[in-house]
This record gives sequence, C-alpha cells and structure tokens, in this order.
Amino acid sequence: MDNIVGKKSGLTWAVHISMAVLVALWLFPTLGLFVSSFRTADQISTSGWWSALATQERQVPAIRVGGTEVEVDGRFVIEGRLFSAADAVVSAWGTTSTAPEANAPGDVVELGDGVTLTVAEDGAYVLSSPVSTQGARLPRIFSTAATPPEFTLQNYRAILFEPNNTDGMSRAFFNTLTVTIPATIIPILVAAFAAYALAWMDFPGRALLIAAIVGLLVVPLQLALIPLLKLHNDIGIGKGYLGTWLAHTGFGLPLAIYLLRNYMVGLPRDIIECAKVDGASDFQIFTRIILPLSFPALASFAIFQFLWTWNDLLVSLVFLIDSSGQTTVMTKQIVELLGTRGGNWEILATAAFISIAVPLVVFFAMQKYLVRGLLAGSVK
Amino acid sequence: MSPALQGLITIIIGVGGCVGYFYFSNLFLDKVLFPASGPNAGRNINRAGMIRPWLFLAPALIALTVYLAYPVVETLRLSLTQRVPGGGYVWVGFDNYRKMSGEPKFWEALRNNMLWLIVVPAMSTAFGLLAAQLSDRIRWGNLAKSLIFMPMAISFVGAAVIWKLVYDTRPVDQEQIGVLNAVWLAFEGGPMSVLFLKIVPSLGLIAFAAAVGLIAWVFVRPMLKARDQVGGGTIPLRLLVAVAALWLIYMSLRSVIGLAGADLPYGVPQTWLTIPFWNSFFLMIVLVWIQTGFAMVILSAALRGVPEDTIEAAIVDGANPFQIFFKIKVPQIMGTIVVVWTTITIVVLKVFDIVFAMSNGQWETQVLANYMYDKLFRANDWGVGSASAMVIMLLVTPILIWNVYNARKEMR
Repeated sequence: MDNIVGKKSGLTWAVHISMAVLVALWLFPTLGLFVSSFRTADQISTSGWWSALATQERQVPAIRVGGTEVEVDGRFVIEGRLFSAADAVVSAWGTTSTAPEANAPGDVVELGDGVTLTVAEDGAYVLSSPVSTQGARLPRIFSTAATPPEFTLQNYRAILFEPNNTDGMSRAFFNTLTVTIPATIIPILVAAFAAYALAWMDFPGRALLIAAIVGLLVVPLQLALIPLLKLHNDIGIGKGYLGTWLAHTGFGLPLAIYLLRNYMVGLPRDIIECAKVDGASDFQIFTRIILPLSFPALASFAIFQFLWTWNDLLVSLVFLIDSSGQTTVMTKQIVELLGTRGGNWEILATAAFISIAVPLVVFFAMQKYLVRGLLAGSVK
Repeated sequence: MSPALQGLITIIIGVGGCVGYFYFSNLFLDKVLFPASGPNAGRNINRAGMIRPWLFLAPALIALTVYLAYPVVETLRLSLTQRVPGGGYVWVGFDNYRKMSGEPKFWEALRNNMLWLIVVPAMSTAFGLLAAQLSDRIRWGNLAKSLIFMPMAISFVGAAVIWKLVYDTRPVDQEQIGVLNAVWLAFEGGPMSVLFLKIVPSLGLIAFAAAVGLIAWVFVRPMLKARDQVGGGTIPLRLLVAVAALWLIYMSLRSVIGLAGADLPYGVPQTWLTIPFWNSFFLMIVLVWIQTGFAMVILSAALRGVPEDTIEAAIVDGANPFQIFFKIKVPQIMGTIVVVWTTITIVVLKVFDIVFAMSNGQWETQVLANYMYDKLFRANDWGVGSASAMVIMLLVTPILIWNVYNARKEMR
C-alpha cells in the first residue's frame, strides 16, 4: 500500500526478512517432529533432527557377531555386516568396551585359540575359527563409523500396521474417526433448521433466543462434565460413543447456529419472498433454496467441528474412554505414550504425526472455508 | 457390534431421524392439525405459522438446554453440596469454596491463569498483527499466512508433543536433541551471551512496561482532565486498569533488575519444564504458537478493510510507514483487536490439554481447568471440582455479558 504514490519503500527487504524469520519460527517445531518420525531410534537419540541430513561420525553400540557358520578350508567362518546401510564408513573398531577404538579397519585381531576377527571399512566382518563356534559365546564388536543420512518408514509400519503393538495407533485412529463423523454431521443438520427459523421466521422471543445463543457460545464446557456424566449414567447411556456424539453435538451447536444464522440473514430477501408467493412451504424453501445457498457456511462449520472433535481430548476422556481402554482415541493414546514412552521419540513423533496428518490435509484443502468461517464468527 | 458399524447406523438414524422429524412434523402441522383448507383455512394458516418456528427450533433448543444451560445450574448446585457416602447430597453452603481457597494449589492455578490471561492474548495478538501487516505487503504473503495459520489445525496434544521435543533435555555428556537446549549450550557467557540473554530481554521487558504504561495512560488521562466528561460508571474500571498496569510495570522492572544480577548456568542443559515460574511461560508459548494464526487471519482482513483514502492522506502529509501503521491503521481496527483479544481470552480460560499433556500441573504449572479435572476425576471431589468450574464460569461471565450486549446492539 506504500506504492500508492509510486514510491518504492526502502523497508521492503526488512519486511521480507522478518516475514521469513517469522515463518521459519512457526514452521520449525512441526518440521522437527516430521523429520524425527522418519529417523531410527538410534539416530534420534544421538543427534538433533536438524543434523539429519548430515553424515554423522559416532560410536555405534556394540553388536554381537552372529550369522550362519560356513566351513571353508577346514576353518569355520562367520561373515556378516555391522550396518544395514551400504555406505557407512568404519573409522575404528575394537572388541572390548574399554578399548572400542583399538583397531583400524582391515586389521586382523587374534582373539585366542586361533580365532581371528577382522572388520573391513564398509562394516563387513569375518570371524574365523579352527573349531566350530556353534553354541559358544561370540565376541562383540565396538565400532566408530560415519553413517550417511538415512530415513526409514519403519516407525510408521510399527505404529500403524502391527496389530499386536500396544503402542499402536490403528485402533485409536478408527475410534477417532468413529467419534468424529457423526459428531460433525448431526449438529450441522440440527443447527441449519434452527438457524433458518432464527433468520427468516418471525415469532415472539426471537431476539432473546439469539442473545441466549451468543451467551452460550462462551460457556466453558468444563461446567458440563459432571452434570452430563451423571445424566448419562442416570438414563443408561453411560460411557460410550452415543454419549460422546451427543455431547459434541450439544457443545458445537451454539457456534453452528450463530454462524449459519449470520450467513442466512445475508441471503437476498427477494428469492425467499418470490418462493413464498409461488406457494412454497417453509420446509420447501429451506431444503430447496436456503440449504444449497448456504453451502459455504455449512462447509466452514463442518471444518470447525471436524477439527474440534478430531483434536478433542477432554470430552473423550470424560464421556467415552472407560476402564477397558478399548475405546481410546488418538489424543488420549498420545498422552498415554508421553507418560510411558517419554524418551522414545521415534514412537512419540510418529504417533503424533499420524494424528496431525488428517487435520492438516483438511486444513490445506479447505482453508478458504475455514478463513471465511472465522471471519463470519468473530468480526462484527 | 463394531464401533464403525455403530457409527454408520448412528449417522443414518441421526440424519434420517432429523430429516424425518422436520419433514413429518411439518406435514402433520399442515395436513392434520391446521389444514390450509376448509372453513377455517385463514385462521389455520396463521396458527400453523405461529407453531412452525418452534418445530424448526425444537431439537436445537432441547440439545442446548440439556447440554449447556442445565449443566451451568447443576454445577452451581453441586458446588454448594457435598456427596455423602452411600449416595445422595447434603447442602453445605460455601464450604467447598472455603475448602478450595485453603488449598495452595488453587491459588497457584489462579495465579498461573492470570499470567496466561495477560501473556497469551497479548503475544498472540501482537504477533498476529505483525504477521498480518508484513504479509499484506509481500508477494508470497498468502503462502506465509497459510504456514503461520497451520498450527490451528494441530491438536493441543499434538502441539504438546511437538514442543516437548523442542524442550527435550539430555544428560550433559550426550548430544542435545531438543532445539532449545542446543541453542542454550551455544551460549558460553561471552559478550554475545550477555547481548542476547540479558540486554535484548531487558529491552523487551522495558518496552513491555512502556506499552502497559501507555495503555494505562489512555485509560487514566480522561479522569485527570476536568473538561472531559467521564461517565461515572467507568471510573472503577479505569482505576482497575491503572492498578493492574502499575503491578505489571513493577513486575517487569523487577525482572529487569533480577536479570541483570542473575548468574545464568551456562553450559548446563536445562530441564525447561521444571524451572518454577518460567516453565509456565514455556507452556504459554505453545498456545501463542497456535493462536497467532487465528489473530493474523482476522486482523489481516480488518487491515484490508481500512479505507485507502485515510492512508493516502497520511502519506501526502508525510507520515512514515510506522506512523501510518500505529496512528492510522491500528486505531481504525481497534474494534477487531478487542474481538480477537476476547476470543483468545476465552480459549485461555479453558486451556486444559496443553498443561495436562506437558506437565500435568507439576512444578507449579497448574491452571484452573486442569485443577478442576484433578479434583473431579482423580480426587473424586465433586464439590470442590464444581466450585472451581464455577470460578472459570465467573471469569468468563464479563466476556459473556459484553458479547450479548454487543449482539443485541447490533440487531437493533
């Protein structure tokens, strides 16, 4: 806007740089989680995720020699590799924890009784013995190696597709989905009818009702926990999906009615009056005219409600998750993992990213409607 | 029955039930109860018109009453009663509130909530305003906005994991994998450390104190000038703002002095979430990170709505970009800033997930919502739990009244 009078602002560069810094600051934490979810447990615990793309020289935990024994020229030989990665480079190795860097790659070390061990630069080792080592305790190899950047999908495989993994997210994922979809669709329908009545029908007490809904918008749902849990227990719903769906519907309604009413009030009066003159009933006007025209507002609220129910922890904790743990949702599962697997970042990062991925996709795909809904909901 | 199938059936029953209810109740009204034909056609149409709105509203009204209005009353009742073993309740008056005010954890939660209430809305709005103003002036502004807006889609729990990784701590002899500690260890007490860890934060605190002073002055000045008419009702509010501002200025100046003399433990990795007082700020950063996008989107729309001719006039009069921003644009979007501020305030009052997942109120980070959850579901003390819920409600009430007042004014 500074260009109005044709003058280029000298601040342009400062603006670009400060914006870039701001965006980087905002993106950096999420990026860290994303990168970490593709690294192995070893890599995560020995180096920061920001060095994931650099080659790292580090001491590798001891690896015990193992593999099938082959008889070659009267000697029993076990061959194997220290690393699965092809391009790791060993700079030193040893066979005791006291001298883990005693030998250079290629050295042949006598282990006594004629047993020899050698480790090549690429991590391949050869153990050769005059007698069979079957059943004997094989030596351990300590090594220092430079490993190139390596990324893996193993974390996702373990968390999503291993049915017996207690840290798995697949059950929680489907439970979250089960909570979310009805809890998004039902309030929209209920709210749309109410919003139409509040926007286009004349009846005593309308202004009062609208004021009451504006008031209910900010009532903290914390107040509702105990009374509703009691109510659910009294009428026999107890803890379960039905109660959760009802609770989400109730808590989402004020915003839904408010957003939809504000939008519907803005629709042109002529269309509705023409339809009335032509003999359409209110029900027909609503389903044939108002509902299709209100699509943008319906979409905004649907996104809000979806994000809110998908990301919710408190409502599920109180109304859904019972002691059996069968109905856990992803947010609860992650909190659980934070407690039990606090240091295992490969599990935590992957689990968190799985729960974040769906809302992020929805967010980027439907951002336009989300912004529109926000503006309709708060700017007056 | 599998939950997925159950969900599907619920969707069908729920959606079908809703549509069926609306369709058949209207049909019943028009065809059976008050048919628009016969001798009383005109009267019947009028009567049907009087009942129909309530048919449309009924499901929503029932849900709102049962799920939001009734719980407020019921929580109030519960906060004044005590459960007795074997079922039933006895009236105990304000005993629960008395018991609660005797607990240091409650006061800790209240103090922390007040800190959250000041810091999070202020920082989110300030960063949001900055991002909105900057992104409106550059070509890749929309991309930048999407990226800053993105944390809005991330759950509080997901954000807690993300930031726990940032704050992660390893023993001193291992490589740090948390960004904050890696940065911290880069400081070794040299001149750069003094610059970045003492001088820059001190300047920030002084700037904050100055800003608070300015705001307080705006509120207090009309009272000092005799010729200005000050509404009598606003004097307590103005005095309250002044007292709060004085306290904030005192706190920030004290922090500056404390910082100047502090002996910072350079070279030692810190467990950030266990440092009393400051750990609350590390938790607040998470919410600021999430809410800034919200503030930015709304303020950006408001900034675009500022009339061009006021800005042009300012440019012609020789105003520099900073003057244009602070003296022309900001005053014109003040209303929107207040709306953003109050909306974030409500989010802050209800904040639960972040504290629950990151520290669970340990190390003096308790907040009211988590305190309430503790009381309700861990200690199973419904009386005190409900009392603390009522405290949250009490804090929300001024905003509730303000919103209703504005909505009514707008409808007239």
